[in-house]
Amino acid sequence: MARDGGRRGPKRLKAIPDTSIFDLRLSRKGIRLNRLCFSLCDPRNRDAFKKDEEGYMEKYRLTENEKNLVRSRDFKGLIEAGTNIYALLKIGSATGHSLYRMGAQMRGETYEQFLATRNIKDAV
Amino acid sequence: MPSRIVGGIALSHVPSVGPAVDRGKQQTPAWKPLFDAYGPVQDWLKKLRPDVAIVIYNDHAAEFAFDRYPTFALGVADTYPIADEGFGTRPLPPVKGDADFSIHLCESLIEQEFDLTVCLEMGVEHGFLVPMNLCFPHTSGGWPVKCVPLQVNVVQHPLPTARRCYRLGQALRKAVEQYEEDLRVVVLGTGGMSHQLQGRRFGFMNEAFDQWFMDQLESDPEGLSGISHEKIMTEAGAEAVELIMWLAMRGAVSPGARRVHRHYYAPMTTGMGLISFEDG
Repeated sequence: MARDGGRRGPKRLKAIPDTSIFDLRLSRKGIRLNRLCFSLCDPRNRDAFKKDEEGYMEKYRLTENEKNLVRSRDFKGLIEAGTNIYALLKIGSATGHSLYRMGAQMRGETYEQFLATRNIKDAV
Repeated sequence: MPSRIVGGIALSHVPSVGPAVDRGKQQTPAWKPLFDAYGPVQDWLKKLRPDVAIVIYNDHAAEFAFDRYPTFALGVADTYPIADEGFGTRPLPPVKGDADFSIHLCESLIEQEFDLTVCLEMGVEHGFLVPMNLCFPHTSGGWPVKCVPLQVNVVQHPLPTARRCYRLGQALRKAVEQYEEDLRVVVLGTGGMSHQLQGRRFGFMNEAFDQWFMDQLESDPEGLSGISHEKIMTEAGAEAVELIMWLAMRGAVSPGARRVHRHYYAPMTTGMGLISFEDG
């Protein structure tokens, strides 16, 4: 007998174009990256990350692919690898990339091109 | 007289508002339209004289890591420290809590079958603090109200449904009205409105959706609570799903509560909405 008595199972969210949906599958995939990011909420860890990024990534057991994404500041790739956007902001901050700069990269635009699409670009 | 809810406010919690406050940029041309909208809200709140604000918000990977992630988490403490989100700690006084009131809320909500994660300590960050900056400006003496933080998972899917949040608000109202102390309570539902912060659709906003959402929140909250995450995320951007927390606030004020304020400003990447209700 079907365990749900024949009813449909839980609805899965449909894919949305050009959008990442941070669900449990993605969270499991990004678990190392998200743990590293979360640790950057401690100023001592931020200092350690800035002093020795390679050693810090090793400590959090990032895969070679994940390390490459951090090394190349590939924010779009990091999101696709399972980094949550709010976690990513902490790597962004530690490496001098604001949300809007990361966003411009994700859109495939320069920062200036992105700003030109905004209603009031001084509200940053 | 038992406690009662005297008002509810739904508002965005855009993080850049924090540094704008800390650097005194409230009257710069880009920020003035937002901050000026909150002058009347602050005056109204002074007249309402709330003792406690229940702030429904989400953490942004500052205090809650994804390894163990609660769906609903309620603070039970007399003080909530300012959390470091990864950019340093903002120069704000710690937030005063009311642990006895929080304990009562936990007892009542769990009895009403909302099985909360109970936090005897929790730091608060921009999801909580930006709405406080806008509604309850602090002084060197601290904040003008005590607070209860109520954290909702709007980040790691599966999320609670919009209807579940609306029902949580209704349960919260019941819980407040069961409390023997004579407290005047306001409820803040925070987040949204339209925004998306990742993917090629970064920066997506939809003012028509946001205005419709505010219309429905006022006139037909029960109907609006049937909205799916998918509809919000498709039409208003993935991160707009935070709007389910507005329904938690709306459930906590009465269906016929009078709408007092309404404002909308969308300068950069988020539709910053504001709507308030007065009860009783």
